[in-house]
Amino acid sequence: MAETNLELLTSSVFKRNPIALLVLGICSSLAVTGQMTTALVMSICVGLVTAFSSMTISLVRHQIPNSVRIGLQIIVAATLVILVDQYLKAYYFSLSKQLSIYVGLIITNCILLGRAEGFAMSNPPIPSFIDGIANGLGYGFILMSVASVRELLGSGSLFGIEILPLTTNGGWYLRNGLLVLPVCGFFLIALIIWTLRTLDPNQQEKE
Amino acid sequence: MVHYFDIVIRSIFLENLPLTFFLGMCTFVAISKQVKAAVGLGAAVLFIQVITVPINNLIYTYLLKPGALAWAGQPELDLSFLGLLTYIAIIAAVVQILEMVIDRFLPALYNTLGIFLPLLTVNCAIFAGTLFMVERDYTFGESVAYGFGSGAGFFLAVVVLAGIRERLEYADPPAGLRGLGLTFITVGWIAMAFMGLAGLEM
Repeated sequence: MAETNLELLTSSVFKRNPIALLVLGICSSLAVTGQMTTALVMSICVGLVTAFSSMTISLVRHQIPNSVRIGLQIIVAATLVILVDQYLKAYYFSLSKQLSIYVGLIITNCILLGRAEGFAMSNPPIPSFIDGIANGLGYGFILMSVASVRELLGSGSLFGIEILPLTTNGGWYLRNGLLVLPVCGFFLIALIIWTLRTLDPNQQEKE
Repeated sequence: MVHYFDIVIRSIFLENLPLTFFLGMCTFVAISKQVKAAVGLGAAVLFIQVITVPINNLIYTYLLKPGALAWAGQPELDLSFLGLLTYIAIIAAVVQILEMVIDRFLPALYNTLGIFLPLLTVNCAIFAGTLFMVERDYTFGESVAYGFGSGAGFFLAVVVLAGIRERLEYADPPAGLRGLGLTFITVGWIAMAFMGLAGLEM
């Protein structure tokens, strides 16, 4: 690999963003973006699980028989996700209720398997770990952008703190109900993809 | 009976996996360019859901639930933390076995579903079906109804999207929006149309 660790870190956030450009891991990413807090927790969970699973896979990559590698990757991921899930249940119970099944769904997150299969199988542990963190950051970047728009305009707050005083509380801002609905996530992702692809014409799809 | 019917209707129209919960998006967007492929994918999802959700329900009820191992003389044991690992293993195993069985006995069906089956092991929609079943504490009968309903919901959504995307071939969107961006906007509109069914109850 010619890339240094720093390049590895930045390219996954913008140039090779897993959600916007490679269309991976969007499954879970939209449902938790109603509020900044859940989006942040979800990004941290995905980042950590991806990083540690990539590192683990990379450590044992010479021992894995080719025919069972997918199964093994899933088992590593599932074990890490169980740890995260149990931790959230023990210390942040209300958050884990809000995230409901989406923490469990990290197992089937395409970013996780994509990085394990595409990067960790052919690279040493430390770059794999950094690659995992970087993809978590790229994922978090999109999640936080969508969540900030949805929470600010939908509920007039960020991280639960009121920014735009709502009319219901005697302020001036009439909240936009559409942005709280799940549907809005699709439109926001489309706008982000549009922006990124206009800025970088190489990413555009050909006729 | 009405209760089971209600679960089916609810999971197809009101709690549609891709449109309301954004699940299975990766495959949903990737394989919806043509109606023919979409029908194959939808059928494969329906097929796997109907089988895996009830199986995982049995596993949960008789092995993992707190107190489920009472029949083995271990009434205090709570293995529910092993859930995630068990369900994914069961799904992977069932998909693998199904693929071999269909290949051997139903070659015509294999030609339609074959390529999608391995892909679906790590599909969020399949896994979410099981997780929702556990979270909502469905009985065995309810889990069969839910498996069918959620699979049928995916089928409907992916075929509708493919139908629209075939027509969009002739559209001329801005370059940056072509392909993925436009698909997301389309999915948003379909989801919005489905919201019009909210309040539908048996």
